Amino acid sequence: MRAYVVVFPGSNCDRDVVHSLATRLKTPVLTLWYEENHLPSDADLVVLPGGFSYGDYLRCGAMAATAPILQGIKNYAENGGLVLGICNGFQILTEARLLPGALLANKNLKFICRQCTVRVERTDTPFTSNLQIGQVLKMPIAHHEGLYFLPPEDLKRVLANRQVVFRYCSNDGTVDEENNPNGSIENIAGVVNERGNVLGLMPHPERASEKILGSEDGGLIWDSVALWLAKRGRR
Amino acid sequence: MNYKTVGLRKEEYLAIKKMLGREPNESELRILGVMWSEHCSYKSTRSILKMFNSEGKHVIQGPGENAGIVDIGGGWAAAFKVESHNHPSAVEPYQGAATGVGGIIRDILAVGAWPTACLDGLFFGKTPNNSTLSLIEGVVAGIGGYGNAVGVPTVGGKTFFDDSYEGNPLVNAMCVGTVHQESVITSRTAKVGQWVVLLGSRTGRDGIAGAAFASTELAEDTKSSKPQVQIGDPFVEKLLIECCHELLKDKLIASMQDMGAAGITSSASEIAAKSGTGIHIYAEKVPTREANMTPWEIALSESQERMLLIIEPDNFDKVKKCAEKWLLECALIGEITSDKRFRITNHGETVVDLPAEMVGGGCPVIDWPSQKPAYLENIKVEKKYEVPQERFKELFLSVLTDPNVRDKSWIYEQYDHMVQTNTVAGPGNPVSVIRIKENGTFLALSMDCDPWSCWLDPYNGGAESFLKAARPLWACGAEVLGMTDCLNYPSPESPENYWVLKESVRGLAQAAKDLECPVVSGNVSLYNESPGKKILPSPLVGIVGLLRDLDTFLPSGRMEAKDILFLVGPEKGSLAGSLFQRIMDGTIQGKPTPYDADLERKFKERAIKTSKEKCCSSVRVIGSGGLAISIAKECIFAQKGARINIAPELLKRPEFLFGEGRPRAIYSVKPSMVSLFESIWRDFGLLKIGTVIEDHTLDISGLANFTLQEILGCWRG
Repeated sequence: MRAYVVVFPGSNCDRDVVHSLATRLKTPVLTLWYEENHLPSDADLVVLPGGFSYGDYLRCGAMAATAPILQGIKNYAENGGLVLGICNGFQILTEARLLPGALLANKNLKFICRQCTVRVERTDTPFTSNLQIGQVLKMPIAHHEGLYFLPPEDLKRVLANRQVVFRYCSNDGTVDEENNPNGSIENIAGVVNERGNVLGLMPHPERASEKILGSEDGGLIWDSVALWLAKRGRR
Repeated sequence: MNYKTVGLRKEEYLAIKKMLGREPNESELRILGVMWSEHCSYKSTRSILKMFNSEGKHVIQGPGENAGIVDIGGGWAAAFKVESHNHPSAVEPYQGAATGVGGIIRDILAVGAWPTACLDGLFFGKTPNNSTLSLIEGVVAGIGGYGNAVGVPTVGGKTFFDDSYEGNPLVNAMCVGTVHQESVITSRTAKVGQWVVLLGSRTGRDGIAGAAFASTELAEDTKSSKPQVQIGDPFVEKLLIECCHELLKDKLIASMQDMGAAGITSSASEIAAKSGTGIHIYAEKVPTREANMTPWEIALSESQERMLLIIEPDNFDKVKKCAEKWLLECALIGEITSDKRFRITNHGETVVDLPAEMVGGGCPVIDWPSQKPAYLENIKVEKKYEVPQERFKELFLSVLTDPNVRDKSWIYEQYDHMVQTNTVAGPGNPVSVIRIKENGTFLALSMDCDPWSCWLDPYNGGAESFLKAARPLWACGAEVLGMTDCLNYPSPESPENYWVLKESVRGLAQAAKDLECPVVSGNVSLYNESPGKKILPSPLVGIVGLLRDLDTFLPSGRMEAKDILFLVGPEKGSLAGSLFQRIMDGTIQGKPTPYDADLERKFKERAIKTSKEKCCSSVRVIGSGGLAISIAKECIFAQKGARINIAPELLKRPEFLFGEGRPRAIYSVKPSMVSLFESIWRDFGLLKIGTVIEDHTLDISGLANFTLQEILGCWRG
């Protein structure tokens, strides 16, 4: 498979995603500069990494959502290409309207960096194809604007379409207010678009794919993508 | 406008006149006022800093450059330094702390290194009043706001609470970077004919003469000092890091300086002085943020996120192109000359013309009068304490809930401590461990300081400040490579303060030398006083150690059920200046146990051997709060209980349970490895104190019994 990681001015998890994907899947991972306006034809996965694109001085992700590369990503997603936005990448995808909802300031109005656990809600997406429903993954969060929000009507639609892929939960998989680190609606930590090929995720799988970093669970997401692609003849 | 208004002393002014053979003009006087300030010239401490040993087998670059550099194997090196941003943080906590982080990251960048990790030493008032709380909140948000955005993880540090810091908090930022040994950049390599390029933010009026502001006591009305505080822009800093590293990769940079204190003046004159050349700056070519800035304002502006590059003229177009890619301003502002002068012209008119060496290095050293403080005679009396059995539990809990001991996750969870995916042991641990992807090794980092010991007994307190940072590194199995220090003190102009400064640095230097830890970089911050108050002597120590792999790394907070708990080292610690004493009666007195090089060396050897033999699950060096608190912390972090069995006559003596200082540690020893462990420590001092249990309770010899829940609740607060 061929993965690409987009670099915006201010991205700071781009190298981490490259390292994590490359070491886990033993595959070359390339970067894409934000000024490109279309994606390489061999792309199997495009990741929008975490960081502070343009400093996030405006709404998080708002500036990056207007970058030339986003047009390329929209076309790519429309053709069924796999897109993953992590943290700031998730914020960019909501700003670009590739994903529903918005990410607001955490409930405590502070930056939160800590280990978290999320429950897998769906396994029929490319990103979770090798996981079990109810499986608990340990992955850290690190954000100031991670409170996922949707107006009631949109929430109804997102739930009806089964777009929620991950929910914050306890170690044993209990989803409740106590295990909601940032006040996200319905404990939502990750959502996909209706088609299921664009995922936004607040926790950082790339920070959880090596044992020495405290968790390898994020690597299971990379494995899922690789498996899903392999089944479709992409190696 | 005279020498006094720019902060110079008469003898300094006379020295200037003598060196120049004429009166300095107004711009020159302003520039020398800043460059000869304490902050830039180290005039009060240059003689003191000579006490430090900076040589060692791992040292690649000692003090004098932007950061110290040590060998970490495989052709790679670690660059590191700590710096203070105390006064700006007192006036404007968020920006003061944020720009402190930004400044130290640029220091690391300036030697060609990639910034890999930050640590912070924070000293605040203890009484939780509104001003202290908002100050803490601002400082923490500032460190996070900057470090998080720039993508350098904040992996550890030291937080200390005492009311002497109320009104004058200490914010010390340390950064560690990695650099290939062949790619180290120095300020000594500029050549005549090369061009001077300013990369990064535009130059504004912010922070003009900030260095001079840092060299006096804080005024009653700190708001009047706001113009001296700079504003940080972490986004531009991130772009600077990326851009500089792209230029470094293409070998387009001959020499480089970050622009911190005294801005262009300091960075440009330093390159010229160290390279043995002159430098000519064209003030009108510097891109400014506001109109009508005078040449001296441009020369002294401390606008953040700027780097001064020295490049070959042929490379300018490539440099400019790279800067454009990273959305940065890039301007040709001068050239390297042969005349050894620091010259600034504005539209052809000479504004400043000084010998380059004189600007940064000309200031005469001051040896302030020094006198042993009278108070030291009155506090020597050792006070006897007893802990009545029925009060033990209450006392234990009040030490555990002291802000100095309590959980700091409310601080460090606001910092991204995981970005760059290298953090193996993050904040909350006695030692932070980061992986170095470049060569497969790991760096172990620690930071500590013992202000009350320094106050009670400056020489031994200085040594203890070093040892508090060094012992956990030895215990985790790391090979110590070198250290950096931030010497935070009140005004040197009081003979008693100056004596304490000299003595505590003497102790620190002696211990570091004896235990083979070269001092490769550092910073001095004097005049830490606010009206009616001065800070405790606070020499902060940051140490970098090397772990070749994680195989022999011995962590803390990992004890396992059925392990046997041992105390190694002297049975008693010292109560003088301990947290116990501060909580018991608030009067600080007594004499901390004198520094014993031989005992520390023995501890170091055995600690390293213990980690190599892999006979333990966990270790915790005894620090603040003594043995009792160390046991509690092990239980908290390991999520295990413990049954402690200690002879009643020992328990009666608070020196045993609550004493601090001296090389003491608790080891959680694997049951099958006890005899091996005992053989290592037998001749040092060894006491079996209990066992680790699965059950979530801590029982201390039947004297007190706690559930883990109870301890955790108190500690989290």
